[in-house]
Amino acid sequence: MAHLKRSFGISLWFMFLTLPLIVVRVNTVAREVEWRWQNLAWVGLGAFAIAWFWQFSIERRMAKRVRAAAEAHPEKQKHSLAQRLADDPVLSRRVLIGVAALAMVFPWLVSTGQNFYHVNVMVSALIFVVLGLGLNITVGLAGLLDLGYIAFFAVGAYTYALLNKNFGLGFWTCLPLGGVMGMLFGVVLGFPILRLRGDYLAIVTLGFASITKIVLENWDTVFGGAAGIANIPRPDLFGLELGGRDKAVYTYYIVLALVGLTVLVTNRLKNSRIGRAWMALREDEIASVAMGVDMARTKLSAYALGAFWAGLVGVVFAAHNNFINPDSFTFMDSAMILAMVVLGGMGSILGVIIASLALKLLPEYLRAFAEYRMLVFGAVMVLMMIFRPQGLINDMRRKYEYDTADGESDNGGE
Amino acid sequence: MDFEYLFELLCGGVVKGSIYALIALGYTMVYGIIQLINFAHGEIYMIGAFVALIITGMLTLSGYSGLSVLVLAAVIAMIYAAAYGYTLEKIAYRPLRNAPRLSPLISAIGASIFLTNYVQLVQTPDFLPFPELVPEFEFMESISRYMSSVDMVILAVTTLTMVALTVLIKYTRIGKAMRATQQDMVMARLVGINVDRVISATFIIGSVLAAIAGVLIASRTGQINSAIGFMAGLKAFTAAVLGGIGNIPGAVLGGLVLGVAETLGAGFISSAYEDVFAFGLLVLILILRPAGLLGKAVKQKV
Repeated sequence: MAHLKRSFGISLWFMFLTLPLIVVRVNTVAREVEWRWQNLAWVGLGAFAIAWFWQFSIERRMAKRVRAAAEAHPEKQKHSLAQRLADDPVLSRRVLIGVAALAMVFPWLVSTGQNFYHVNVMVSALIFVVLGLGLNITVGLAGLLDLGYIAFFAVGAYTYALLNKNFGLGFWTCLPLGGVMGMLFGVVLGFPILRLRGDYLAIVTLGFASITKIVLENWDTVFGGAAGIANIPRPDLFGLELGGRDKAVYTYYIVLALVGLTVLVTNRLKNSRIGRAWMALREDEIASVAMGVDMARTKLSAYALGAFWAGLVGVVFAAHNNFINPDSFTFMDSAMILAMVVLGGMGSILGVIIASLALKLLPEYLRAFAEYRMLVFGAVMVLMMIFRPQGLINDMRRKYEYDTADGESDNGGE
Repeated sequence: MDFEYLFELLCGGVVKGSIYALIALGYTMVYGIIQLINFAHGEIYMIGAFVALIITGMLTLSGYSGLSVLVLAAVIAMIYAAAYGYTLEKIAYRPLRNAPRLSPLISAIGASIFLTNYVQLVQTPDFLPFPELVPEFEFMESISRYMSSVDMVILAVTTLTMVALTVLIKYTRIGKAMRATQQDMVMARLVGINVDRVISATFIIGSVLAAIAGVLIASRTGQINSAIGFMAGLKAFTAAVLGGIGNIPGAVLGGLVLGVAETLGAGFISSAYEDVFAFGLLVLILILRPAGLLGKAVKQKV
C-alpha cells in the first residue's frame, strides 16, 4: 500500500516534470499551439509502473546487502554468470575456445551470396572492441581518465588516408605506421599533462580531441575539411583484388586478428612488471611512487600504449569505410568507448569485450525503434550503473578485508 | 591596431563569458561537493531554454509580448530546471554515492544522452526560433555599436545573479552548510548537517543558474535546438576547470577569460578555430598552473 501511494506520488511528479515539454508544441510558423494531452497520460502510467518496479528492486537489493553483511563472507555472495565465468579458469578457457571458433566461422554463417550486411556490422563492432580494449589499458589498468580517446583513432585513420592519397602507400605498410603515429601523439600529449590530477587530465584530453576534430574540419587543403577523404582502398591480400563480400570477410578476419592480438598483449601486460605498476598507480599513487614506481614513465607508457591501439585500428576503420570525415570522431564516440570500459568492468578484458559488442551492436539492430533507441540507450547506461556500478565483471584484485565489529566491510568509499 | 574593434570584441567576449560563467557555476558547485563531473548539466540548460521557448511561444501567440513575458517564462524555466536537476540527482547520482569514481560519470553521460533525445523526441530536432522580447532601450543607442540591449540585459542579470549567489553562499544557513559539506562531508554529517539535502540544494541552485543562462542565450542567438546543451556544457566545464574546479569565484573568472579569449581569437585570427582557442588556452593554463587560475594546489599528505 505504501508502495502504491509512493508510486502515485512519483507518477504525479513526473507528469508535472514533463508537462510543458511533452504536451505543448508551439508551431511558430503556422502560429498555432498543439496540445497533446494523451502523452501526459502515457507518462503518468509509465512512471507509475516504473516507480513501483523500482521500489521493489531497491528493496530487494537492500535486503541482499543486509544479508551479505550479516553473513560477513563476501566470497559467498552470488555472482553473475559472467563474473563466475571470469573467475573460473577452466570454464573460461572452454568458453573462450567456443567463442573463438564461433568467431572464426561467423562470416560464413551469416552471409549468403552478396548479402554481407552482418559481416560489415560485425567489423564495425570489432573495431570498437579493439578501441575498448585499448582504452582499457589507459583507464582500466592505469586509471588515467581519458575523454578524448577518439582523437588517436582519428590520427590513425587520417594517417592511412593521407599516406595513401599522397604517397600511394598500401594498407599493410600503413597499419603499423598508424599505430606508431597514434603512439607518438599519445606521448606528445601525455608528456606535459602527466602532472595533472585525474579530472584535469580528463578535460585536457577532451580539449585535445575537440581541437583535433576542429583542425580536421577546417584545414581543407590537407585533411579535406568536413567533406573528408574518399576512395580509401580496402586492404589487399598480397596484391590480390577481392570482390565486395570477400573484402568484407577479409577485413573481418583482420580485425578479428587484431582483437586477438590486443587481448593477448593486454593479458600478458596485466601480470607483467609494468602492468602491476599501472594497477598500483591506479590504486594509490603516493604509495606506489614511494615503493619505487617511476610515475612519469609508467603513466606515459599506459597512455602511449592505449593510443597505439587506437591508431592501429583507425587504419582498419579508414580501410573498412573507404571514406572518413571528422564526423566519425566526435566526443560522443569517446564517451561511448569510455562507457564500454566502465560498463564492462574496468580492467576486465572479457567484460570490456562483451560491453563493446553490446553497445555497438544493440543500437545497430535496434534500428527498428530508430526514434527511441538513443533514449533507451541513455536510460540503460544510467540503470546499468545504478544496479552494477562496478561493471559487468569486477576485476578487483584480491584484497585484504577486515572483519569490523558491525560487519561492514570497507569498500574504499569515502 | 584598431582599438574600436578590440573594444567591440572585448564587450562581446565579456557577454559570452558571463553566460559561460553562469553555467560553469553549476558545474563547479556540484564538483566541489561530490567530485562529480555532471555531464548532464548542459542538458538542464537546454531544457530551461526549451521551457522558456514554449511559454513565450504560447504567450506571444495569445498576443502578449515584451519584457514581462520573458521574465515570466524565465521564472517558469527556472522552476522546471530546478525540478529536473533535483530529479536527475535523485535518480542518476544518489544511488551511486559510494560507487567507484567513474560510475557516476558514466551515469551522467547516459543521463545527458537520455535528456537530449527526450527533448528531441517530444519536441523537434530542428532549430526553433526564439521570440525577441527584449526591447531596444533608448539609453543604449549611444553605445549600440558595442553592445545591444540584449547584451546589456545579459550583463545585468548575470551580475545580479552572481551577487545573489555570493550572498546565498556566504550568509545563509544553507550556504554555510554547503561550504561545510564541501570541506569535509563526513565532518559535516557529524555536526548535524543533512548532507543529502545540501546536495539536492546544490543541484537545484546550479540548475536555476543554468536555466537563467539558457533563457539569456536563447534571447541572444534567437534560436535553440535540443543539441545546444552539449557544447555549452563542455565550454562551461572548461571554464570551471580553467578557474580551478570547485572554486566559485574561479568559475566566474574562468568563464570570462574563456569568453574573451574565444572572441578575441575568433575576431583577430579565424572564427572557424574559435573552439581551438578555448581548449588551447585551457591546456596552456593547466600546464602552467595545474590547479587552475584560482585553484589552490592541494598538498597531499600521507
